[in-house]
Amino acid sequence: MYFLRREKVSSIIMYFFLGLALVIPIVLVIGLFIKSNGVFDNNSISDLLFSTVWKPYQGKYGFGAFIFNSVLVTMLSALMAVPVCILAAVYLTYYTKSIYLKIFQPIIDILAGIPSIIYGVWGVLIVVPVISKYVAPFFHYESTGYSVFTGGVILAIMIIPFILNILIEIFKSISKELPEASIALGATQWQTIKYVVMRKAFTGIVSSVVFGLSRAFGETIAVLMVVGNVTQLPGNIFQPGYPLPSLIANNFGELMAIPGYESALMFAAVILFFIVMFFNIAARLLITRYENSVLS
Amino acid sequence: MRKKLLRIEEIFFKLLMILSLAIVVLVLSIIVYTIFKKGLPSLSWEMISQTPKGGYYFGKGGGILNAIVGSVYLAFGATLLAIIIGIPVSLLLNIHLKKFKRLVDSIRGFFDLLCGIPSIVYGAFGFTIMIFLGIKASLLAGIITIALLILPIMINAMDAVLKNVPTGLLQASMSLGANKSQTAFIVYLRQCSSAIITAIIISFGRAIGDTAAVLFTTGYTDNIPSSLLQPSATLPLSIFFQLSSPIPEVQNRAYASAAILTIIILIISLISRVLSGKYNKHKIS
Repeated sequence: MYFLRREKVSSIIMYFFLGLALVIPIVLVIGLFIKSNGVFDNNSISDLLFSTVWKPYQGKYGFGAFIFNSVLVTMLSALMAVPVCILAAVYLTYYTKSIYLKIFQPIIDILAGIPSIIYGVWGVLIVVPVISKYVAPFFHYESTGYSVFTGGVILAIMIIPFILNILIEIFKSISKELPEASIALGATQWQTIKYVVMRKAFTGIVSSVVFGLSRAFGETIAVLMVVGNVTQLPGNIFQPGYPLPSLIANNFGELMAIPGYESALMFAAVILFFIVMFFNIAARLLITRYENSVLS
Repeated sequence: MRKKLLRIEEIFFKLLMILSLAIVVLVLSIIVYTIFKKGLPSLSWEMISQTPKGGYYFGKGGGILNAIVGSVYLAFGATLLAIIIGIPVSLLLNIHLKKFKRLVDSIRGFFDLLCGIPSIVYGAFGFTIMIFLGIKASLLAGIITIALLILPIMINAMDAVLKNVPTGLLQASMSLGANKSQTAFIVYLRQCSSAIITAIIISFGRAIGDTAAVLFTTGYTDNIPSSLLQPSATLPLSIFFQLSSPIPEVQNRAYASAAILTIIILIISLISRVLSGKYNKHKIS
């Protein structure tokens, strides 16, 4: 083709696309910033982040409750997902033949590919009734089932394939010599995992968890459908809550009604963006450190 | 005694591991089973061949053809847009810029970070550009937003394949007199074609399933859009709206729509698996 024969022409076009792909996200962030500027008119930054007063009609926007709910849901999901992921990943990489990994990989991939709305529908159908009928009464709480805990369960299921995939890669990257040496010295398989593999993989495991946290923090629709969406600091985990992404998703329809509301929601998106980016950068630094430690 | 304790610990943790793996498999089976069991009985030809009639949301006749077609339009448009930008960028990183390893690594890191941005943030951003450009909620706004969302995912997936192509291929092609662009678009693209198609299909799957980013950008309508500037229904949103209805028939249709979406996603994941198997067969190493 003509334009390929002229390398200069074709590479200019390619560089243009690269530039586009790099610049647009930066514009995204700047745009969000500019749009959210209005919220600073009658709120200080500490009010915005820590106050729990949410009165849009008076122009008071305290995101404290929403941030707290988001953190709570994310932590709950990590508590449930991480042990399952570590155990399953160890089992697949150290206890079974590699053929099993080939069998289970598609299952993990399918789980990872299911859209969040499907998780949401499933949560409403199964998880919500189970929690209101069995789990909450078991702990002597009353619950409609639409609760922070339900959100945590759904999120946990959603981040399991994500964390599991990273963990499998990490366990695979550890050279077989070290565990073999440990077994040759008379340690059992589990002792080897506990004292040798876990120690070697520690940074990698932490980074996979942080990746999972960042994924969970930004998840919107599935959580919105099961979490109850009540602006409050929940007294226990079986009460409804209102995480940050749900706030944005639920309120965009009515933002023209109240002046200044749009910039408040944009500010919510900015907070979300920064928290997720913080998690992501931390995880990436950890994983680079881990890769260096494995290679050396 | 100590030996016995060790043995018990060994067995205990092994059982825990099997249990964890069983949970993962069980959850997937329960999800797919529940969606199909609830959805398939209400699934009918009418549902996938007709647009909503008057009173559809009160349980009267019609279907969700508007949402299916809307989602397909949206996902195709967004994927196409992402391909146009994504293929040149990932080729450029791995062929033209191959020498500048640090630069390429930092660009890769940047795209990795972009993959982590939640789709609701893209939705909020899409909404602001929409207002800024003065266009209403429309298919076009949705396509642009979703394209931005899937672009880093697509570039990452393609890059992962291209970076493992041995340098020998580039050298061989250059020594035969091809320039870098020819090598990129003719040699590399053909060599990695099935893996690149896999990357495209995975991105398509993300595009068709995403809800949060289209929530404010694409709007919702009962008609099939006839131009890019019209609003459009999407499958995830139609599930969401039907599910929030108090009428049981409408809820059942939400489950049926969820079953349709699940089938689409399962087909996509099957195709991508077959294709990546094909790529590994012809891989040069």
